[in-house]
Amino acid sequence: MADGQKVYEIPIGPIHPALKEPIRFTFQVEGERIRGVEVRPGFAHRGIEFMGLKRNLIQVLYLSERICGICSISHPIAITLAVERAAGIEVPPRAQYLRVIFSELERIHSHLLWAGVAAHELGFDTLLHLTWKVREEVLDVLEELSGNRIDYSIPIYGGVRRDIAPAQVPKVEAMVRHYRGLLEELLDAFLRDPSVAARTRGVGVLTPEEAEALCAVGPTARASGLSKDVRQDRPYLVYGELGVRAITPRDWGLEPRGDVYDKAVVRLLEIGQSLDLIEKCLDEMPEGEITSFPKIPALLAHLKKAEGEGLGWHEAPRGEVIHYIRLEAGVEEPVAWKVKAPTYSNLMSWVPMFRDQEVADIPIIAASIDPCMCCMDRVHVVRDGSGATLLMEELLKLSRAKTERVLRGLSPAGGGA
Amino acid sequence: MILKTLFSQLLTRPATNRFPAKYMPRSVLGFLGKVKEGKAQLVPPVPVPPRFRGKIAYSRDKCIGCQLCIRVCPAKVIEFLPEAKKIRMHVARCTFCAQCVDACPVDALSESPDFLLSDTDRSSAALTVE
Ligand code: SF4
Ligand code: SF4
Repeated sequence: MADGQKVYEIPIGPIHPALKEPIRFTFQVEGERIRGVEVRPGFAHRGIEFMGLKRNLIQVLYLSERICGICSISHPIAITLAVERAAGIEVPPRAQYLRVIFSELERIHSHLLWAGVAAHELGFDTLLHLTWKVREEVLDVLEELSGNRIDYSIPIYGGVRRDIAPAQVPKVEAMVRHYRGLLEELLDAFLRDPSVAARTRGVGVLTPEEAEALCAVGPTARASGLSKDVRQDRPYLVYGELGVRAITPRDWGLEPRGDVYDKAVVRLLEIGQSLDLIEKCLDEMPEGEITSFPKIPALLAHLKKAEGEGLGWHEAPRGEVIHYIRLEAGVEEPVAWKVKAPTYSNLMSWVPMFRDQEVADIPIIAASIDPCMCCMDRVHVVRDGSGATLLMEELLKLSRAKTERVLRGLSPAGGGA
Repeated sequence: MILKTLFSQLLTRPATNRFPAKYMPRSVLGFLGKVKEGKAQLVPPVPVPPRFRGKIAYSRDKCIGCQLCIRVCPAKVIEFLPEAKKIRMHVARCTFCAQCVDACPVDALSESPDFLLSDTDRSSAALTVE
């Protein structure tokens, strides 16, 4: 930073009232304008993958649910798909429909949550209270179906743990009808409101080229006009049959500009899309088994025998989530587990989005990708108590030194164990 | 449209349930004591749905001590009592996934509607199931 140019640095975070989760931004500011930003994640690393390697797969399933409290069905869906591929487990059709219903319910509550947060960041607290009040409805339905308001514990390897009873179907349908009516009101309050447009149009722009180059996912990419949705591009479960199409601002009759307004457009319209999907699933869902392993001991035994690797993906409310798992026969724990949460792919979109924006727009731009730091944080490099960044070469050097150390420690006789 | 919602709000009941009392008592414990003596009235919590996953109920007589619940519990809630061949659950750790209920071969475990579990002592009698 050169002094002569009157560029100042404003650090925000890791802990800051405007941020919901820990992350550090260092803004280069000239007057009110942001000229550049440095993003430093890694403060919420919990070592979840490492913990997973010490637990059997059923325990890992519930651990994965706790990667994110809001995507608490997305991570289990991705990990069950990964394990099912690795272990060659079939999922009955009805269970696939049920998984879709639960994930779409989750999308509705997540997008409503986001809409409330966005309204709050803009200073429209009435809207925050309205959206969070109506969000209770979908949470009630989730509680009715799963028994839990959050962390539903529904998917299990080979199927799902709870069916939707015939008596519960009318409740879900009533919710869908109620939200259909409400959605009009929400679209009105957000998208046809001149003050919301004035605060969000042209703010935090991500061009389609940037979104493409930075591999943005989910609503962040779709708001820039990219037709990118895992449910459409790499169909899984029954999404292929349901015919999901990526929603972009074009569905609202506007050319995508990739600003905060467009991100609201995409998320709000996706609530409608999820309602359609839920209705369609309830309609088309066949009768039958909901799991191929009704007995837990049989499932544990099958998983213990399984050998292989698998990848599972899912379009979470924030974008694509991927789980990779490797299993070895004879051990109950996975030997490798890798999680990629959507925020990991969206993080770098912040850099172009913040460029030339005003300081007052920092909260809403930060919120516009719907970030979730603790889902994303996978590494935290600490050496001698300092969090300074290590360069790749340095890491390599450290790694080689460790190999040498380990080799030196190995006695020739014990080396083969 | 939003104005209409706002004004209609003035005439409807608040969306939140005023649990445990209409106005926050100075001391919640004191208030609950009064409720016990019949001197005050509790505003009940929102009712839970039929298959709510609350505190796990344990039927000791049915349990055969197979330890399957211990194997699947993700939160290490359950302790095995080797002499009695029974289990003890430390509810403060429970995540209410009910995987133990699904795993138990003799249906000794079940989901209860109990969810008011806060306590100042994590090993209190209310938080220990055996
Ligand atoms: S409900 Fe889940 S966390 Fe609680 S004891 Fe049962 S298995 Fe463990
Ligand atoms: S699984 Fe059931 S029978 Fe076995 S130890 Fe647990 S409670 Fe007892």
